[in-house]
Parts: sequence; C-alpha cells; structure tokens
Amino acid sequence: MELVNTGAKDRYLENLLRGQPPAGSHGWLNQIRAAATERANALTVPTTRDEEWRFTDPSPLLKFSFQPARGAQRLAQADIQRFVIPEASSDRLVFIDGIYAAELSTHCGNEHGILVTSLAQGLSSHGEILQQHLARNADFDNDVFCALNTSFLRDGALVIINKNVAYPAPIHLLFIATKPETAVYPRSLVVAGPGSRCALIEEYISLAENVYFNNAVTEVVVGENARVQHTKLQQESRAAFHIANCAVALAREANYISDTVTLGARFSRHNLHVLQTAEGTHCVLDGLALISGRQLADTHTYMDHAKPGGNSRQLHKCIVDDAAHAVFSGKVLVREGAQLTDSAQSSRNLLLSDKAHVDTKPQLEIFADDVKCAHGATVGQLDAEEVFYLRSRGLDDQGARSLLTYAFAAEIIDKIPVASLARQLRHTVMEKTQLREST
Amino acid sequence: MNNKNILLEVRNLSAEVAGIEILKGINLVVKVGEVHALMGPNGSGKSTFAKVLAGHIDYTVTGGEVLYQGKNLLEMAPEERSRAGVFLAFQYPIEIPGVSNSAFLRLAYNTLQAARGREELDPLEFDDFIREKIKLVEMDPSFLDRSVNQGFSGGEKKRNEIVQMAVLEPKLAVLDETDSGLDIDALKVVANGVNHLIRPDNAIILVTHYQRLLNYIVPDYVHVIEGGQIVKTGGKELALELEKRGYDWVRAEFDAARAAA
Repeated sequence: MELVNTGAKDRYLENLLRGQPPAGSHGWLNQIRAAATERANALTVPTTRDEEWRFTDPSPLLKFSFQPARGAQRLAQADIQRFVIPEASSDRLVFIDGIYAAELSTHCGNEHGILVTSLAQGLSSHGEILQQHLARNADFDNDVFCALNTSFLRDGALVIINKNVAYPAPIHLLFIATKPETAVYPRSLVVAGPGSRCALIEEYISLAENVYFNNAVTEVVVGENARVQHTKLQQESRAAFHIANCAVALAREANYISDTVTLGARFSRHNLHVLQTAEGTHCVLDGLALISGRQLADTHTYMDHAKPGGNSRQLHKCIVDDAAHAVFSGKVLVREGAQLTDSAQSSRNLLLSDKAHVDTKPQLEIFADDVKCAHGATVGQLDAEEVFYLRSRGLDDQGARSLLTYAFAAEIIDKIPVASLARQLRHTVMEKTQLREST
Repeated sequence: MNNKNILLEVRNLSAEVAGIEILKGINLVVKVGEVHALMGPNGSGKSTFAKVLAGHIDYTVTGGEVLYQGKNLLEMAPEERSRAGVFLAFQYPIEIPGVSNSAFLRLAYNTLQAARGREELDPLEFDDFIREKIKLVEMDPSFLDRSVNQGFSGGEKKRNEIVQMAVLEPKLAVLDETDSGLDIDALKVVANGVNHLIRPDNAIILVTHYQRLLNYIVPDYVHVIEGGQIVKTGGKELALELEKRGYDWVRAEFDAARAAA
C-alpha cells in the first residue's frame, strides 16, 4: 500500500479506485467525479447481509484484482463485422474496453436531428445538456458500483434526439471487452427530447473468454410524449463480472419500452430503475435470462410510480440449466398521490435441471388507494402435458423439451423490435437449447 | 377374419391412473377402412383408452396387450407410435406460446417424413402444402402465424387438431371428443374435414359422448364402454338408440348376460 491512500473504508475498493483518469477541464464534471469518489470511499462492497444483495453474493469479485484498462486495443472493422446489426449500421458507437473507438463508429443521423457521439465530444459541444442530465439520474450516493463508475467518468456514449424527431433506425451502442483482468466503466447517456422517438441497442460482448469486470452505468431521459425503445443485450465472456445500473427518468406521457436479454457473464447484476417524474407515463420492462453452467444472473428492477396515471407492464423470464442461479427482484412502488396507476408484473421461471436455482422476489408497495396493481411469480419445470403433446406429434423427448424451452424464451425475444437482432437471438437460443441434446 | 387387414387388436387391456383402475379388460379389433365409435357415459374410461393408445405417461397398463400392425404398441414410446402412424386428436389441445403454428406443423411433418424415409419440405414448400391442408377445415391462414393454439377458441383448437391429422396422415386416428365444445356449424366443418381423411388404408376411432357427431361421420361400429369394459357393440343404429334411451339399459343387459353365463 505504498501508493496514495484514498482513504477508502474498503481495501478492495481502494485498490479499484487507483489509476483514475486525471481531472478534465469541465469543473462541474470534476465536482461530480470528486463527490462520487468520496461516496465510493465511504461505501463498501455489499454482502448477502444487505437486503438488496440477499440472494447474490458479490464476494467472488473480491478474488480478482482488476486494473483499469491502459491504452486502447485497436480492432479492425473486420474484427467487429459479426457484431454489426444491419438495421443499426448507420449509427453505432463502439467502445473497446471502455475506450471510444472513433474509427469503428458511425454517425449518419447527426444531420437528421440526432446526436450520436462520445461523451467527451459532447462535453464541448453540448455541455449544457450534459450538465443537466449526466449523473443526475443514476444514484451514486448509495450504490457503490454506480459511485465507482461515476468516479471514473471521463468518456462514454452520448445520444441526443432532438425535439419531435422520430428517428427510424436503431442506434447501436457496442461495448467490446478484449483484455483480461481489467475493470471497465462504460457510461451512456441518452436524452430523448419532447415528442421524439428512438430505438437503442445497448450490447456488451467479449472477444475472448477472459475474466474482467464490466461496471456499466446508463442513464435514459425520456422527454414529454417521447418514446424510447431500449434493448439491452448482455453477452459477456462466461468468466466475466458484469454489474450494470440503468436509471430512467420519464416525463409526462413518456413511453419507455425495455427488453433486457442476459446470456453471458459468470456473475451479472442488472439494476434497472425507472422513475416516473410526471403524469401518464407508459412503461414496459421485459427481460430474459438464459443461463447454464455455474452462471449467476441477477436482475433487480425498481419501477417508481411517483406521479398519477402511470402504467407499467413487466414480464421477466429466467431459464436456468445445470447449476446456474438466477435472481429476480422486481419492486413496484406506488407513491402517495400516484392515483390511477396501472401496474402488472409477472416473473416466470423455468428450471431445466435438479441443481438449477432461482430466487424471485416480486415486491409491490402501494401508498395510493385508487390503483390497479397485479403481480405473480411461477417457478417450474417443463409441463409434462406439453411434452407429451409434442411427442404424440412425433418429436422425441429431447426435441420436445428443446422446443418448449425455446418457446419460453421466444416470447420475450419476439418483442425485440429489431428483426435481425431478434433472428440472431432466436438462433442463439436454439443453439443453447439444442446443446442439451449432446448432454 | 382376414388378419392382413387388422390394424389394431386390443386384448383384455386394463390400465390405471394414480393407482385407480380405469380400464378393466377392453377387447377391440379395428381393421383398415373402418370407422369405430366409442361411446359411453362420463368416467367410463373412453378417454383413458384413447390416451393409453397414444402412450400417455400418466397411465399404467396393468394387463392385456395391444397389437398395432402386428407389433406390440405398448412397448413403443409416444413418438414411435406417432411415427408408426398412430394419431391422437386431443380433447384439450395444448397451447404453446412462442412457437408459430406453421413452424410446429412443419417440424412435426418433417420429423415424420424423416422417420418414414421420405423427403422433408423447406418452409416455402411447406407453406404451399399447409395452405391446401387448412382449407379442409376452413381455417383462416392467419392461424398459421399465430402461436400453437394460443388464444384459439375451443372450436379453433379442434380444427387445428384435424389440420395436424391431415398433415401427419396417420394410419390410425383416435379422435378424443373432437366434437365437444363445437357449435353445430363448426361440428359440420370438422366432420367434413375428417370424412375427407378417411381412406381405405386407414382407420378411425371416434371417442364421443354424444350421438350428434355420428350424424356427420358415419361409423361402421358403435361400441359402448362402461366401467372400463366394452359392454355392447352394434352398428350405427346403436348410437341412435343410446341417444333415445341413455346408457343404463346397456349396462343392465350386460350384467344380466354375465349373470346368466
């Protein structure tokens, strides 16, 4: 411990906090970073004694000493070609180990009322909007991982959709991991102006089965009467740690539709926090975790109906094979005065082996009297009647099980509005479910 | 009896579910080209018999044997029975959200084609093929794109079963209460579809509670099942008599005959 003592309570965090990028030229951002660093120093890595981490033990993270990525790995267009989504090829931001790769990124929409660029670029051209929204939604006061990310905040993805612009093509934010033993802090800010429409694909992939720590924060600000369709696809290395915080703020009559697909990482935690800041918002929070081996996938969602007349729909599915462990915690809070809230949540879980494990915890907290709220959770195996039905049509037992497992996943994948991505995911799920044939 | 024409031979079959004996010695011979109706009151064992023929795992055969094309049917897995030409139209067809009806039908069709050493169809070829088949039961093509049976009405599900029968071309089709839940128009459509699928080289067992269906699909034989046994066999006129007189007299006759024997 011969280096600077950061004053951290937690030795592990102290180590992670080293090697931060130097302060930049924007005073307000330096202040935010300093405040976040202070919070990271004051907080500790959670344990299963923390209610929010009851089912997910983060201690495996502590076995590794991660360092910030030093220097950018250079990749050629050919290296990333297989990750290019045809529908989204005109607007793509690529980050390699958290560092912006301008040469692999495209920005065709910048002349059509949108801005898709790096945060660093945006800081000089759109400082006012950034100052208004960046780090204002994702809470770094109480979440140590969000504080860590914010402490490292220098660059990231920036998407701004101007007022009343309905941008037709999806915008692809592609985060590629290449180096082992690195800690990466991807950061994204999306601001959809009033009356605008856009579709986002936030994707995390890896070029090798390395151990690394991806600690991402995404903030989405949906303006009055705007609509944002947000697909998050987590396909990290199966040895990696992925901890992500996504914070969404909805203005009056805003629409936010989220699909989160979790396939990768040894250990993943996805926190999705949606705050209704004005009346009459519409929100869909769907998710699928398809895991096997010894993977752990934890999805925590928090829908905060702070104002009246909001509706929210949520269908979260987990398919758990081998000795994998899935966690779902879905909190819906209806605050005092948030009358006419209409909320429905469903958690459905499929266990494919005796050792597979799922913890599901729907939570409904209602402090208003004129609301409609429903929630439910199921955990089970494939239905024997369904298997028999398919076998009576000639499919063998394994084929019937694969088809039913695929179908369980397809209900979520079919909601993804980008055709090629949905097709690719269907293919991935087919491979994953048919892999069982050889086992 | 010409053995070559015997498709199914059931000898003294008994079976139980959850430890309760339901079938208590069924005997039945079905030859190709025949339509058999199996009638009986609720709980008589007629649906159990249909499920045992298809190989449902919840039912345990406790005695007797079933020969299908001369082979021991009871030793075959459900999918082997299907591939060998046994088809069960379900009383309550299963919904499969997430799988389109056309993909499911193609998968089933190609699985059977492969098992029979015949050529499989690609999606385009299958589309032409299936669009012809669904005309048989006047099904709207939009049902092909929907998930299997999901949100289908009772009648639509039953039509979908007959579409599957048309696609899979079974040798022995067992229709388990295909008429239940159908209004009269739908019943006519479904019956008409089934009639088109009757050929000299296949056979059908209609399991039904009511005589109504038999106005449209005319059986060669009517069997009354009661208490897990076939207690009377007759021609198509027996169904009309049952409709008028109910089932009690059949049982009484059977018991009297047994007492006399």
